[in-house]
Amino acid sequence: MAQVLPAEHDVRRIIGDGDGVADGEVEGLDDAALLDLYRAMVLLRTYDERSVVYHSQGRVGTYAIFWGHEAIQAGSALALADEDWIFPSYRESAIGLLRGMTPETVLSWWRGHPAGWWNPREFRIASITVPIATHVPHAVGYAWGARLKGESACALVYFGDGATSEGAFHEGANFAAVMRAPVVLLCNNNQWAISTPLSAQTRAEFLADKAAGYGMPGVRVDGGDVLAVYQATSEALARARAGHGPTFVEALTYRCAPHVTADDPTAYWDAQRVERERENECLGRYDRYLRRLGVLSDELAEDARDDALERMKSGIAAAEALPPPDPEVVFASAYVDPPPTLREG
Amino acid sequence: MPALTYREAIRDAMSEAMRRDDDVFVMGEDIAEMGGSMGVTQGMLDEFGPDRVRNTPISEMAIVGAGIGAAVSGMRPIVEVMYQDFMTLAMEQLVQQAAKHRFMSGGQIKVPLTIRTQGGAGWSPGAQHAQQLEAWFLHVPGIKVVFASTPADARGLLWSSIYDDNPVVFFEHRTLYNLKGDVPAEIDGIELGRARVHREGEDVTIVATGRLVHEALKAAEEAEQDGISVEVVDPRTLLPLDEETIVASVRKTSRCVVAHEAVVRMGFGAEVAAIVQHQAFDYLDAPVERVGAKFAPIPFAPVMEEYVIPHAEDVLAAVRRTMGKD
Repeated sequence: MAQVLPAEHDVRRIIGDGDGVADGEVEGLDDAALLDLYRAMVLLRTYDERSVVYHSQGRVGTYAIFWGHEAIQAGSALALADEDWIFPSYRESAIGLLRGMTPETVLSWWRGHPAGWWNPREFRIASITVPIATHVPHAVGYAWGARLKGESACALVYFGDGATSEGAFHEGANFAAVMRAPVVLLCNNNQWAISTPLSAQTRAEFLADKAAGYGMPGVRVDGGDVLAVYQATSEALARARAGHGPTFVEALTYRCAPHVTADDPTAYWDAQRVERERENECLGRYDRYLRRLGVLSDELAEDARDDALERMKSGIAAAEALPPPDPEVVFASAYVDPPPTLREG
Repeated sequence: MPALTYREAIRDAMSEAMRRDDDVFVMGEDIAEMGGSMGVTQGMLDEFGPDRVRNTPISEMAIVGAGIGAAVSGMRPIVEVMYQDFMTLAMEQLVQQAAKHRFMSGGQIKVPLTIRTQGGAGWSPGAQHAQQLEAWFLHVPGIKVVFASTPADARGLLWSSIYDDNPVVFFEHRTLYNLKGDVPAEIDGIELGRARVHREGEDVTIVATGRLVHEALKAAEEAEQDGISVEVVDPRTLLPLDEETIVASVRKTSRCVVAHEAVVRMGFGAEVAAIVQHQAFDYLDAPVERVGAKFAPIPFAPVMEEYVIPHAEDVLAAVRRTMGKD
């Protein structure tokens, strides 16, 4: 029988504040690995900031901003083995950049061009399913299927705090626990579901407590602390790979950008809180940590930023240079063997 | 030729696929020790073990959703949804996810998932366990829909469904499980999208599905005594539909009755009528008739249920109307 464990309530942190709270470290992460995490965060941050600009210039469509979520995304994605699959929500649209996908592909996705349809098998990243939480059961089924095939691959599924209200989250989490599926349920708790605050989403004090109801461990981690996210995800993956089943990781952050470019959050959010959160954003925290450690220099930081900007520049140029798609593509890809009689409607 | 019941034929297709292919497994509610609420998977747990004959929590959404994930991982899952009425709980996974996954990856992944489900009236299961909802599914590009009416068709079509690389919804009719019929000695697939002409005739074509195939055959026998020669066509696959066979039959007979157990309004019969009037307009000697359930929930009380659902006499009456003999 699965053990019903109370979830951890203390929020795990590694990065100190450069003052009273001391810095910790993650065993096994050398300087090169620390800088890989840094570059991944810079790439994501640059992608996000440039996308908002491109949107304002009419060069990409409505875009789901993830500014401030880079620590959650980079910390968890870099903890994965190459064979592990990622099941993203729209908030993790650019997660493929961390697996060698080009900005051209992700930008094409947001431009509504078929070139944005990446090959899920090539990147081990599922297509984004936009309805909330509906991909949780897919991740569970994927992980279970891989286990049946005798593979050691795990699945990591991202979803937001609002997703925990969905039936698909509940059914998927319960399924995962019952089947001991090797899956990590990573909840990006940014405390907003569009305009609905967490307090109106649930009466549970901690989302991680939901894990106990499924008989799986639940942990809470500072979502602004890339090292804490990395460590918690690594632990969950080790557990999954050893056959002990799923873990629920609640990564706490605060959404200090609009939900999407079409959203005006001034109608509902607390501007002062947003200001405070922005000052404590995750990339700056990690930057200062690495400098305290003597790992990051101005030169390295500038190089990471320049490299990311250059990739975005060539990415948008390449995406804009693509010819318009052939409308016939709609018939080519809906079925493996498109039935000829279905073309008429 | 060996004879199998409809239930045994379905089990045979699954078991044989699982013997030949490690990627095939079944998952659903109460399908292991109990053998499924309709007994279809009986004995499979003993042969294949609990990993491949997997009991699940009562979670239709996750059964279909996890089936999608497993299919993407390279498996060929067969999931059982106990009643097609409960497919309503899994519609998001089917319509938004299974049907769209290949499309939204630009054709770069496939979802070889088979969803087996059953339903139908005629045994008084009540309003929430008796519906025929197949028309809902026919409106969704990206999936295939199969509805078998005989043991041989059930086995061959299920075999093809399992090995089809698209998501397939496979409907079984509750009242047909004990129906016995000959099946080929060697298991083989029946191409999806090919109708079967059960009986040839000259005067009227009946296009019938599921239980109504058997009601149509009874009606055809009676009509013959009246001197009316009836052809009975079972499309077997509703999506994609074998329009060619249906239209060729109507061009020959000049009259058409469509019969299904689901409600008439906005049903499968409406689509067939539209196809026939468009492709055989000049051949028609009478309006296309539709036979189906009255537009009401299926009642629990047997006498009320009988009143709502269609029978052979309703099909016969429609045949006679097309002949101007009502």
